[in-house]
Amino acid sequence: MSPLAKLLEAALFAASRPLGLDELATLDPEAGEAGTRSALAELRDTFAAADHGVELVEIAEGWQFLTRPEYAEPIERAQFALRPRRLSPAALETLAIIAYRQPVGRVEVDEIRGVDSGAVIDKLVERGLIEITSRGEGLGRPLLYSTTPQFLEILGLKGLEELPRLDELSVSLRPPAPAQPE
Amino acid sequence: MTALPPPPSPAGAAAGGGFTVELEQFSGPLDLLLHLIREDEVDITDLPIARIADQFLAAINELGLNQAADYLEMAARLLRIKAQMLLPRRLGDDEWEDPRSELVRRLLEYQQIRELVDWLAGAAAIRAERFGRGFEQPGPDLPPAPLAIELNELLAAAERVVALIPEPTLHRVVPRPLDVEGATARIQALLAERDTLRWHDVVSERAGVVEVLSAFIALLELAKRGAVRLDQPEPFAPMVIRRESPREAA
Repeated sequence: MSPLAKLLEAALFAASRPLGLDELATLDPEAGEAGTRSALAELRDTFAAADHGVELVEIAEGWQFLTRPEYAEPIERAQFALRPRRLSPAALETLAIIAYRQPVGRVEVDEIRGVDSGAVIDKLVERGLIEITSRGEGLGRPLLYSTTPQFLEILGLKGLEELPRLDELSVSLRPPAPAQPE
Repeated sequence: MTALPPPPSPAGAAAGGGFTVELEQFSGPLDLLLHLIREDEVDITDLPIARIADQFLAAINELGLNQAADYLEMAARLLRIKAQMLLPRRLGDDEWEDPRSELVRRLLEYQQIRELVDWLAGAAAIRAERFGRGFEQPGPDLPPAPLAIELNELLAAAERVVALIPEPTLHRVVPRPLDVEGATARIQALLAERDTLRWHDVVSERAGVVEVLSAFIALLELAKRGAVRLDQPEPFAPMVIRRESPREAA
């Protein structure tokens, strides 16, 4: 492995969160982001080739060493780590709306879900999955929410662009066909 | 009315009688509505609104959700659409707008969200199979760090706190000032209607000292300006107030 790859390995080992490319690039300013990126690829390929129990994963706009999925069961049984609690359908609905409409206010979330979502939104803010990013125009200048890197992390996404595109869904949002008067 | 299909059976429903509501069963009225539509296998864009409305009402009664505002609002909306569908319309009326269209749009939008929810849940489940480094049991909050502070810092902090203490707000109690202007306006308004006034037309029976004084000073002021003439036929007789000149003088 190249010296930079080994340095990255040490840094990623020391960190308990995904590290962004911009952060990792500060380790060796001479390599720059391009050099850092290729060293990251080298590190990832080295781990994959040597068939390790952990792998380097691109996640939440950063890089992180994660255990391989097949070891989740025994690790959890031994209580070295616990799988996170599942999110409720209400929380997931709210997250889905915010992820696609961000920044978005509470009223719009309420309208799409057809129920009051204030409590769910507060809980998601508390869990760090969404945050207030701006205020909207209009009455009372409503708070607008957006998803956080933590949201990407719990879904294992590199970035928002990995979410399914709306036109890939089976439900299209075309206006209903005009009804035929009988 | 149509025969009611068996309502979705919530996990917490007791057989007959009172129901324990499993609010988690449906995440909202749209969710329940979609559930009914799927059960009936009807076309969402050509909703049999009368049947669905009846089923919705039966379901929320059964589930004990008929107290929940969000569900009641949807029930009212369905009944309104049902009524609108019954209104006669002319053949080939291009202006006719399907009263269901807004509901259908919302249902489709919501269905899209539900599909995304499934996707997100799947992604989260896959992610949950991997652990990062540094897993920690969420422990109790750390005790506050011991206080380490220099004397200077302490003094500076005390100064800042003292500076924040607001000046005590003292209220000075003053007697209610005489309202001569108000009394003048009142007398002028009265004189605009009548030529002659009596003292008791100007001051009510239960007037306080301030009011009496205000009115008296106003009258003296008006008399001085030549707007009124004050007469007292004899000592202690009621005062008579006459308008002295045409209205503009008042």
